[in-house]
Amino acid sequence: MENFKTDFAKMLKNNNLSEKEIAFKNFNAKEFSSHGFPNRKDEDWKFSDINQIIKKEIGELNFYTEQLKKGEIDKDILLNEIEHNKLIFINGQLVQIDFNYEDKGKVEFLDNQNNIDEQLADNSLINLNNALSNKSYKLLVKKNYQIKKPLIIYHTTKSELTSQNINLKINFELEENSSLKLIDLVKDKGNKNFINIFYNFSLEKNSILKNYKIDQFENDNIRYMFNNIKQSSNSVSETFYLSKGSTFSKNEIFCDLKGEHSSAFVNGIFSLNKSKHHEIKAKINHLVENTKSYQLVKSVLENKSRSAYQGKIYVDSKAQKTDGYQLSKAILVDETTEFNAKPELEIYADDVKCSHGSASGSLDENSIFYLMSRGLSYKEARELLINGFLVEVINQITDEPIKKLIKNLYGLKNEY
Amino acid sequence: MREKELEKLKDYKYGFSTDIENFKAPKGLNEDVIKFISNIKKEPKWLLDWRLKAYNRVKVLKEPNWQKPKYPKIDYQDLYYYSAPKSFKEKPKSLDELDPKLIETYNKLGIPLNEQKRLNGIAVDAVFDSVSVATTFKDTLTEKGIIFCSISEAIQKHPDLVKKYLGSVIPITDHYFATLNSAVFTDGSFVYIPPGVRCPMELSTYFRINASDTGQFERTLIIADKGSYVSYLEGCTAPMRDENQLHAANVELIALDDAEIKYSTVQNWYPGDKDGKGGIYNFVTKRGLCKGKNSKISWTQVETGSAITWKYPSCILQGDNSVGEFYSIAITNNHQKADTGTKMIHLGKNTKSKIISKGISAGFSDMTYRGLVDISPKSSNSSNYTQCDSLLMGNKCGAHTIPYIKNKNSNSNIAHEATTSKISDEQLHYCQQRGLNSEEAVSLIVNGFCKEVLQQLPMEFAVEAQKLVGISLEGSVG
Repeated sequence: MENFKTDFAKMLKNNNLSEKEIAFKNFNAKEFSSHGFPNRKDEDWKFSDINQIIKKEIGELNFYTEQLKKGEIDKDILLNEIEHNKLIFINGQLVQIDFNYEDKGKVEFLDNQNNIDEQLADNSLINLNNALSNKSYKLLVKKNYQIKKPLIIYHTTKSELTSQNINLKINFELEENSSLKLIDLVKDKGNKNFINIFYNFSLEKNSILKNYKIDQFENDNIRYMFNNIKQSSNSVSETFYLSKGSTFSKNEIFCDLKGEHSSAFVNGIFSLNKSKHHEIKAKINHLVENTKSYQLVKSVLENKSRSAYQGKIYVDSKAQKTDGYQLSKAILVDETTEFNAKPELEIYADDVKCSHGSASGSLDENSIFYLMSRGLSYKEARELLINGFLVEVINQITDEPIKKLIKNLYGLKNEY
Repeated sequence: MREKELEKLKDYKYGFSTDIENFKAPKGLNEDVIKFISNIKKEPKWLLDWRLKAYNRVKVLKEPNWQKPKYPKIDYQDLYYYSAPKSFKEKPKSLDELDPKLIETYNKLGIPLNEQKRLNGIAVDAVFDSVSVATTFKDTLTEKGIIFCSISEAIQKHPDLVKKYLGSVIPITDHYFATLNSAVFTDGSFVYIPPGVRCPMELSTYFRINASDTGQFERTLIIADKGSYVSYLEGCTAPMRDENQLHAANVELIALDDAEIKYSTVQNWYPGDKDGKGGIYNFVTKRGLCKGKNSKISWTQVETGSAITWKYPSCILQGDNSVGEFYSIAITNNHQKADTGTKMIHLGKNTKSKIISKGISAGFSDMTYRGLVDISPKSSNSSNYTQCDSLLMGNKCGAHTIPYIKNKNSNSNIAHEATTSKISDEQLHYCQQRGLNSEEAVSLIVNGFCKEVLQQLPMEFAVEAQKLVGISLEGSVG
């Protein structure tokens, strides 16, 4: 914590902040230093003790370094398979904004936002983010505008970067009848950093958000991402996680369905090996009548890896006719793996349809035998079964080109 | 006629209190009170030391606070930890010497202590406030070598067995209420089934809280030796009182090789009145250890009473091939709150567990299923199946499901399902069309919803439980 305090003081000195902002940051810094990183005593972190993990994987963390080098954009990080708009972050610093495919004045990206927003309940990592993120960005999609090409946000680090804490905060606002396709792509070259990202989404009437988070490429960073989504009537949010590359990752989603007929979809894949430890935590709050949510999370775990899924459906007493569904499945490929789940229902209305299911176990030997008796090798049979298991989740993706892209990235042939 | 009967049943029919002179320990929780309890029960020194050790831990422990139902702070110094009918200072030697008022009380409850009057063979151990008042059918059981008596008697007559097993499943280092119980437990039942014996009748304990300001802390210990079988029933009631009363019992089950224990509870403590005033706090720790190979423990519970129910009958599946089962119906109405479920801890190989939980909430009540299934790395080829269904009546109540699932073994399977719904109008309409009134219709549908669990209960209990399910939901529809 000493490190944090000195780094925080340095940050305040080097940035020109308004009095209001300083007060906000001071408050959050105080909250963070009194709680520290969450540990397993916190109910939300029961399955993933990030305090221990940071200690073990990183040790001492730098919270603020003056003038983090940005450097050039490495060409090899860019995706060429798909036409897209770009936002490129290197070492947490914005280096490129590119909305060439969109109409002028319809999509705005602002970086001089007042960095103050409502406080979410006890979350010391959000406190850390609020205290240290030096800018708050805002992406605005104007009324009646449907984005033409997906926006890819590149989250990259340079290979020199190590033991650094990076905080990033973006607010997204989708005005009435607008839509946004957003891909978060993780491409890290740095080692052993702690990356803390906080997104706020505000979805107005009839707006559609599609958010795909791709953590596919091997890296040994620790990652925490919080999505806070507020939905008005008739809005739709779709969130997809490919959770694979980082050493540790926890994705949290907190979604308020505030308008009638709004719906939220959360789908996720964990494909883990080599002692990796990933978690998805989703809380969907049904606050008014006629809302819908759907969650599907599947894990394939090998070689000392672990995954955890905490999903909660909350139904307010006003939220009659809610439809909530939640399913988590896991294949434990070998004996060293572990799957934890806590699928929760908290329901105060009677005319609802809510269910959840969870199943975990080994690969089905009978199915392997069946395939091998038809000429596949053991390896092929296993692969076929695992891919078939995971592709069900990828097929939930509603955007065809992006579905294809993700299958490609994951290494699945198109016939799946 | 039927109307009249229903009218009578609408109120808590066990709400009377018996006017009997009581002999109590001084109010409060301290070393002297524990010594007093130990002394009056003529306990050996090791047990007193054990109690004091537990008490020293209670002093530093904090009450757990993670549960959903919150309750006002309990003043542990304002409770009586021992209360017995005065006529019990010297324990009566036979039923003839028993205070007639007590016999009357149990007759009112429908538990005749007089053996001749009983048609069906169920041996009963009746516990009144802090002491066991009578145990029936002793001779028949003794013939088979079965020990069924109050735990105080067992401490005197079978100290070796008690010493060996007491605290082996719920140690004194456990959570607050379990440890408090270890320090001040007053009475309860003790069962030992010798190797290879199949207990010829159902064993049953009936608990009754009578005195006011009394906490009931009973301790039940059941040991099924190799290859034996026992089915055990437990029922409970309390008078209607305005203040809340604490009930913190500990139940330990131990099943050795090839043994089977079936434990059924119909819990009908006073739930408080319509506005949530009074009622019992039922904070119970129940845990079974499948110690031997091929052993089996099965919990069945029907929870309709208590202002707050907070219990998780659990199975530790230590022996290879052991089986744990949990069947539960929990019903909350008015301002009742329940946070109940189970824990299945798989340690041995090829262990299996099954959880069926049905929760029904009505009125302003709140019901939570909270459960843990944990399969350890060494417990290969194990499996669990969990199903928890909730039924809601009205939008002032809540139903919650919080399962924790931990799978650390790749050869083991866990499957979990949960649904929440309401009684559909079509179902109600169908029944009413055929001449049932709305309350009968609801009772019928709810009984159907609970059928899987009711089937697990022994005959005599199943009938009582079915009636209870209907009565508990009176006035919740319409």
